[in-house]
Amino acid sequence: MNRATFPHKLLPYLLLAPQLAVTLIFFYWPAGQALKQSLLREDPFGLKTQFVGLANFKRVLADPAYVNSIKVTVVFSLATAFISMAIALLLAVQAEKIIRGKTLYRTLLIWPYAVAPAIAGMLWLFMFNPSFGTLAYPLRSMGINWDPLLNGPQAMILIVAAAAWKQISYNFLFFVAGLQAIPQTLIEAAAIDGARAARRFRTIVFPLLAPITFFLLVINTVYALFDTFGIIHAVTAGGPGKSTETLVYKVYNDGFVNLILGDSAAQSVILMAIVIALTALQFRYIERRVHYG
Amino acid sequence: MATIALKDVRKNYGRNKVIHGVSLDVADHEFIVIVGPSGCGKSTLLRMVAGLEEITSGTVEIGGRVVNKLEPRERDIAMVFQNYALYPHMSVFDNMAYGLRNARRSKSEIALRVANAAKMLELGSLLDRKPRALSGGQRQRVAMGRALVRDPAAFLFDEPLSNLDAKLRVQMRLEIKALQRNVGTTSLYVTHDQVEAMTLADRLVVMNEGKAEQIDTPMKVYSKPASVFVAGFIGSPAMNILEAHVGVDARGIAIRSGVTIDLPEMNLPNAGMPLLFGIRPEHISVTSEERADMILTVAAVETLGADTLAHCRMAANDKGSDFVLRVPGMMPVYAGQRLPVMFDRKAVHFFDVKTRNRLF
Ligand SMILES: Nc1ncnc2c1ncn2[C@@H]1O[C@H](COP(=O)(O)OP(=O)(O)OP(=O)(O)O)[C@@H](O)[C@H]1O
Ligand SMILES: [Mg+2]
Repeated sequence: MNRATFPHKLLPYLLLAPQLAVTLIFFYWPAGQALKQSLLREDPFGLKTQFVGLANFKRVLADPAYVNSIKVTVVFSLATAFISMAIALLLAVQAEKIIRGKTLYRTLLIWPYAVAPAIAGMLWLFMFNPSFGTLAYPLRSMGINWDPLLNGPQAMILIVAAAAWKQISYNFLFFVAGLQAIPQTLIEAAAIDGARAARRFRTIVFPLLAPITFFLLVINTVYALFDTFGIIHAVTAGGPGKSTETLVYKVYNDGFVNLILGDSAAQSVILMAIVIALTALQFRYIERRVHYG
Repeated sequence: MATIALKDVRKNYGRNKVIHGVSLDVADHEFIVIVGPSGCGKSTLLRMVAGLEEITSGTVEIGGRVVNKLEPRERDIAMVFQNYALYPHMSVFDNMAYGLRNARRSKSEIALRVANAAKMLELGSLLDRKPRALSGGQRQRVAMGRALVRDPAAFLFDEPLSNLDAKLRVQMRLEIKALQRNVGTTSLYVTHDQVEAMTLADRLVVMNEGKAEQIDTPMKVYSKPASVFVAGFIGSPAMNILEAHVGVDARGIAIRSGVTIDLPEMNLPNAGMPLLFGIRPEHISVTSEERADMILTVAAVETLGADTLAHCRMAANDKGSDFVLRVPGMMPVYAGQRLPVMFDRKAVHFFDVKTRNRLF
């Protein structure tokens, strides 16, 4: 290994300082605050604070609304990650086959990524608004009783669609790059070896895309867990009932709307633990099966 | 095992014409080598036989069946690629078994066939390894094994040895030859290496700019090249080509004023007709001044060990023309030396000035 030497002892620390400062201020400090807060009980006006140990955690975990929220999160995250990755892969494979206008096609597919989550949510909300949505009308004329504002599963479908749609571009880019990295001769060799297109995809292309698929799985799960707050907030605000209240949304609702600070902090801490565990699990079990070129 | 027949095969990429009508009949068990300079269309031709490239016009038959519209998998062929194209996520065994699995062969049959091929190629101890854990030569063998286990109607090779070092290349060349003799599978082999071409081929296809200039046995291609291009491409160093014309009494040819070569045995055409005269470096011998056809001046010497190549000028003040002759290694030659030389009358070649095709 090549070791860089700095002329001054302090310089490396100075160079690291901005990054460290950002991490400290925007991650460790709030995380520490949440951890502290989760062990306290505070009234909404911040007048009285009392140490309660793990009582907040006990109450949160025993709350049926919290268990519901876990279920909602699992369904929402898996559906969003799976749908956005599957559609992106399909589009990337099709884009590979295009000969003319490849760049235009790709550019157009990347645009949705530039749309802010809340705006993406509003877009989908308008399109599927039961009373004036352009796309709600054909749904109704097909005999579907479409009303995501009252129907829980339909609300879930709508936010999954909006969240997945926004993430397709990102996944698409990575899949396109991944497909381009697979040597054409491998596909040709497989074709000569008697594999049809579908089999070539399953036995050659997909396994060789595994590192990218794995990476995207981590990214998309984290995205679905955290970055979709704006979409949920704009489209359903967790409703109807609590049918689209994900863990993150519940943290916000309990903490900032209902001002139950201790509960909300305990939930944040649990959420943090979940993300750490999830990422560790993904790396430990899935990555093993991934072949890096 | 099968015959292969190409009938006036052409290939255009848009307006760019790459193959201008190649016809070729390959007999069963035959080893055909397609040789030519870079960009002449060798790979394109092979890929059309494989089904990886659409055929613009003409027909390709494998085993008497027109395959123009068939997918690669329906053509019953196996191909070895220049970069080997091994599946990087599969073990050597799985690489070799892939085609058989696609053909839904039984587990026991797959195991048996892979074991046989592995034995032939001495891959037995490597079956569990991934391709990245193999040397270039070993990868090459796996690529061969993958073709071999399928027992196809034909093998197609696209420069399979060009990524190997010189020594390994010679060894693999011999192995491929022995292997093909052994299994007897009809083979098309593309290379730009003329030594590989000469040593492997039952028959050679010499290609130039999308045309097959000559299709013949290696010895025929060497001794009776069909064109100036073939004469220059096959044989190293290349044949010496000189502008000349038929002498006044049609009993010999004149290379330049003062230098005439009498060829009484040959049926030369009309006196004065211009032509190209060709002679290989190995068919020129050093002789005494009185018997010499020509006196050359040595400009540079290349010592190869067994032979020495003498690059000569036809006159001391002549800068341009390089005339090469091959002399035995023991013979002392030095730059500036005057060399009286004689041409082997049985090994002279004549080509048309315009068409550059062989005259006689
Ligand atoms: N997809 C393509 N589009 C346009 N032209 C092409 C395409 N593929 C090949 N060509 C052209 O066809 C000609 C023949 O190419 P080919 O690959 O068959 O050459 P080759 O004889 O195999 O050369 P090499 O020894 O370098 O491999 C080249 O001039 C090349 O530029
Ligand atoms: Mg080539």
